[in-house]
Amino acid sequence: MTNHWRDIKNADVIMINGANPAEAHPVGFQWFMKAKLDPTKGPGSGGGAKLIHADPRFSRTSAVSDMYLRIRTGTDVAYFGGLINYVIQNNKYHDEYVKNYTNASFIINKDYKFKDGLFSGYDAKKRTYAVETWAYDNEPGPDKYAKRDESLKDPHCVFQLIKNHYSRYTPEMVQTITGIPKEDFLKVAQIVGEMGRPDKVMTIVYAVGLTHHTTGSQLIRSAAVLQLLLGNIGRPGGGMNAERGHANIQGNTDNAISWEILPGYLKVPLPGQKTIEDYVKVSASKRLLGISWNFFGTNYKKFIVSLLKTWYGDSANKSNDFAFSYLPKPAGNSSWMTIYDQALQGKMEGVMLSGMTAASIGPDSNQVLTALSKLKWLAVMDPFPTTSSEFWHASGLNPADVQTEVFMLPTTHWIEKDGSFVNSGRWMQWKDQVIPPVGDSRHDHWIVAELFHRVKALYQKDGGKFPDPIVHLTMDYKDPLKPSLDEIAREVNGKDLKTGKRLATFAKLMDDGTTTSGNWIYVGSYPEKGNMAKRRKGVQDPAKNDPTGMGFYPEWAWTWPLNRRILYNRASADMSGKPWDPKRAGIAWNGSKWVGDVPDYPPKMNPKDPKAWLPFTMNGEGVARLFASSMLDGPIPEHYEPVESPVKNALHPDMSASPTAFLYDKAAKRENRFGTPDEYPIIATTYRLTEHEHYVTQQVPHLVQLQPEPFVEIPTALANERGVKTGDMVRVRSKRGKIEVRAVVTNRVGQLDLGGKKVYQVGIPIHWGYVGIAAEMHPEKSKFWMANNLTPFVGDANSRTPEFKAFLVQIEKLA
Amino acid sequence: MATVTRRGFLSLAGIGTAGVLVGSELGFDLAQATQIKQQLRIAGATEAHSVCPYCAVGCSIIAYTRKAADGSVKVLQIEGDPDSPVNEGRLCPKGATAMQLATSDRRVEQPLYRAPGATAWQKMSWDDMLDKLAHRIKDSRDRTFVATDKKGNLVNRTDGIAFAGGATFSNEEGYLAAKVMRSLGLVYLEQQARV
Repeated sequence: MTNHWRDIKNADVIMINGANPAEAHPVGFQWFMKAKLDPTKGPGSGGGAKLIHADPRFSRTSAVSDMYLRIRTGTDVAYFGGLINYVIQNNKYHDEYVKNYTNASFIINKDYKFKDGLFSGYDAKKRTYAVETWAYDNEPGPDKYAKRDESLKDPHCVFQLIKNHYSRYTPEMVQTITGIPKEDFLKVAQIVGEMGRPDKVMTIVYAVGLTHHTTGSQLIRSAAVLQLLLGNIGRPGGGMNAERGHANIQGNTDNAISWEILPGYLKVPLPGQKTIEDYVKVSASKRLLGISWNFFGTNYKKFIVSLLKTWYGDSANKSNDFAFSYLPKPAGNSSWMTIYDQALQGKMEGVMLSGMTAASIGPDSNQVLTALSKLKWLAVMDPFPTTSSEFWHASGLNPADVQTEVFMLPTTHWIEKDGSFVNSGRWMQWKDQVIPPVGDSRHDHWIVAELFHRVKALYQKDGGKFPDPIVHLTMDYKDPLKPSLDEIAREVNGKDLKTGKRLATFAKLMDDGTTTSGNWIYVGSYPEKGNMAKRRKGVQDPAKNDPTGMGFYPEWAWTWPLNRRILYNRASADMSGKPWDPKRAGIAWNGSKWVGDVPDYPPKMNPKDPKAWLPFTMNGEGVARLFASSMLDGPIPEHYEPVESPVKNALHPDMSASPTAFLYDKAAKRENRFGTPDEYPIIATTYRLTEHEHYVTQQVPHLVQLQPEPFVEIPTALANERGVKTGDMVRVRSKRGKIEVRAVVTNRVGQLDLGGKKVYQVGIPIHWGYVGIAAEMHPEKSKFWMANNLTPFVGDANSRTPEFKAFLVQIEKLA
Repeated sequence: MATVTRRGFLSLAGIGTAGVLVGSELGFDLAQATQIKQQLRIAGATEAHSVCPYCAVGCSIIAYTRKAADGSVKVLQIEGDPDSPVNEGRLCPKGATAMQLATSDRRVEQPLYRAPGATAWQKMSWDDMLDKLAHRIKDSRDRTFVATDKKGNLVNRTDGIAFAGGATFSNEEGYLAAKVMRSLGLVYLEQQARV
C-alpha cells in the first residue's frame, strides 16, 4: 500500500477492484465503512464516501457499496482505460498535478508506435519487446536530460500519447469488453471525474483479483495512471492500496525472499556484471532532469555495499570489491512457476518449502505434483502436514513410483516465537513469544541456521564448489545455531562500524565499507534508542497519540521508510507546499520546515526555491510515470484477453491475448494444456472465504465447522440449463484437471452480455485439498478438492504471476 | 450463583436473541456474570502482545497465559487489542479462533522421513534429519553449481536447489533465510507475493 488501512477512512471515493475486503480483510474493511458513514465525505454532496465495487462476483463488499458492477474477470484495463478516456476527454484531470508531478510533459522517441495491439519493437519469435523506441527524447548535452513540452500539446509528449491511446476505450467499448452496461459505467465515470478536484480524493484498493492475470502488472498500472491523472497519489485518502493476503508477505518481500531482488528492492545482480560499478550502472536509475533528486539511484552503491558488508563482514572489503562475486547471478527468470518448470525438465534436484505448499498453490496442481515427483529431495518445514509433505500419496501418484526423498521438519508457530510482521500498510509490528514450542518442533530460523552450519562444516571438512560465500558468511549471533530474532532485527537495521552504534537513518549509510545494513529501508527500525516496532501509543489516547488527527499514530509500531505513513507524500501538497486539501493534509510547508507526516522530501527544503527537488524523489524523472518504459509488455497499459477466453479481443481480434505472456509449456516443448471455448465455454475465477486462509485453516476445527466443504458458485441461469440445484455434486473440469464439489446456485455470480454474446462466470473457493480435518472426514471425495487442479500454468511478462483468476471450464452434474 | 460449566453457560447464553441479557433463563444478569467470569478466567494471567497470523491487515492481539505448577505455560485467551489503530480490538472469525490454531493437537511434533518409494513415514531424530539434509544440500549444490556461464561470465550460482516460503515468517526469519540461501548460491528464491 502507498497508504495504510486506517487512512482509507480519509477517502471521498473508494474504488475496489479485484478484491473483496468485506470478506477477505474484514477488520480492515471497518475503515471503508467509516468513510462511507462519515457525513462530511462524498463528491460534493456530503452524503458519505462512495464505494464502487467492480467484481465478477457480488459479495458482501458489493452489498454495502454504492455501486456494484459485474465485470468480466481480467478486463479491468478496459474499465480503468475507459475512465482514463473519460477524465481526459472531459478535462476532469488535475491539471497542475499532471503538469508538474507526472511525466505527462516528457517527449517520447518519435519512432514509438502502437498499432494492431502491438507496441513498437516486438519480436514475435522471442515474444518480447526491444524497448529503444519507448525511451524519452533527450536534450543534447552531457546530462541528456529529457525534453519536455509543458503545454502538453506536442504530439509525442506522454499526455498526448496517453490521450490518443485511450481514445479507443469508449463507453461502448468498455461495455463490449467488460460486460458493464454503458449507463452504469457513465455513472461511475461522473463520480470518478469529480475526484480530480484538489479538494477531493479517491483511493483504489485491490488484491490478487488484479495481480493474478497474464496482464496483472498492467491491470494495476492502468489504475495507477488514473490515480495520477486525478492527482490522488501521495495524498491521505488516496493512493494505490494493495491488500496483501498473508501476515508478513510484505516484510518477506522487503527482505527479498524473491528471486529478482536483494533486501530493500535492490535488483539482483545479473551475469556480465563483474563489479559493483557494473551492477550499479545497470541497476540504479539515472537522473533525468536537473531538479530530480533521484534518491534511490544516487545512493544505490551505499545500499549494496552496506548489505555486502553486513553479510560478509571482514571478507568484504575494497580490495575484493566487497565480495560482489559471492552474490549468485541467475541465468534468467527464477520465480515460482519456473522452479516447477525446471523440475519437470529434470534440472531441479531439491526444493525446500517453508510455510508454503506447492501442491495446493499450483497453478496446475497436477503438473506441480509431477514436478515434485521428479525431484531428488523435498524438504517441508511446517507446523502441520501439508499437501506437499503428503504429495507422494496424492491421487494419481503411486508412492512406490515416487522416488523423491521427503523430509518433514516440524516448525513452530507464529505464537511460539517473537519477531515482527509487516502489514499491508508497511506497519512493522513486533510480537512477543507467547508460549514455548510444542513437542520437538523447532523455529524455522534455527533450522536454517543449523542446516547452514552443517553444510558449512561439510565444506570445511571435504571441500567442494566455491565454498567462499559459505565459509565467510557472518553469523555474529550469541549462539550461531540459535540466533535470536532481536539480534537479527538489529543486524537488519545496521550500524556505523567506526562507532559501533546503530544508525537512525539510511542517510548515514556509506559506500566505503564503514557502515552495515541488512536492508536499507529498515534503517531506523531499531536505532540505539530501541526497537521501534514495539511502540504502542495507539487509540487509548487519540488526542495525544495522533497529533495531526489524520490517523498516522506515529508512535504505534514503525513504518518503512523512516516511519513515513504515506509514500510520496510530497505530492500531497502543491508546488508552494500548501496541501491540496488543507482539511486532509499529508505534509505542509510552514515557512521553515515540512510538518505533518514524515516528509518524503528533505525536511527543510523550501519548495519555493527554484532548485527544490521535484516531488517523486525516488525516480530518475523526479515525477511519477504515466508512461513507463520499464514494463516488459508495453509502456501504456493495454487490454488483452486472458490466455483462456471465450471471446476475441474487441480492440484487436488478431492480437487477442498478451503477446508477451510467458507460455511455460510451449517454451519447454511440452504438450499444450490450454483449453478452447468450444470445449470449455464457462469462465471461472478463484477466491478466498472469510472463514479460511489458504490451507492452514483446514487444521482449525471451528473454521472447518463454519465452512466444511468445497463448492462452486454457479449462476442461476446456467444451473437451470444444466439441471443443477444447490447441493448437487458437480464436476468442474478444465484442460488440466478436475474438481468434484457441491454446487451453490446463486445470483452472486451471473451472466454477461458481451456485444451480443452471452457468457457465464463461475466462482471457486481455493481452500480445500487432501489434507486437513475435512479431508480426513472425506478421504475419497477429497481427492478432487483442489481448486488449482484447474488453473493454467502461464505467467505475466513482468512478474510471472500465474493467471489464477481467469480460465475456462466445463461443468457437469454428477449422478 | 449456580455452578455452570463454561460449555453449558455458553450454550444457555446463546438461547436468547442478541441483546436479551437481563432476565434470561438463568435468572441473573448475564452481562455482569460474563464479565465476572472473564475476569476470573484471566485473573493473574500474563499478558503478551502478538499479531494475528492470517491476512495482512495486521490486527494486534492480546494473548493471556498462565504458568502451571509443572512449569508449562497455557494460553487462556486470545482477543483483539483495543489500543491498536489498525483493528481497535476487532477480530474476524479467523483471528477470533486463533487460539485453536495456537493450541492445536494436530501438529507434527517430530521430524518425519519418507525414503524414495516408501509408502509410509518413519520417525527420525533431528540430528539424523539435519545431517542427511545437509548432505543433500551439499551434494545438489556441488552437482549443479555453475561458476562460469557459457558466455564466460562469473555467476557463482546453484541451479539445482530452490527455496520457497515464509508468508508467515517473522521479518527477521525471512531476512536470515534470504541471507543464507543467497550465500549457498541459490537463485530460485520465492515466497507468496506472486502466488
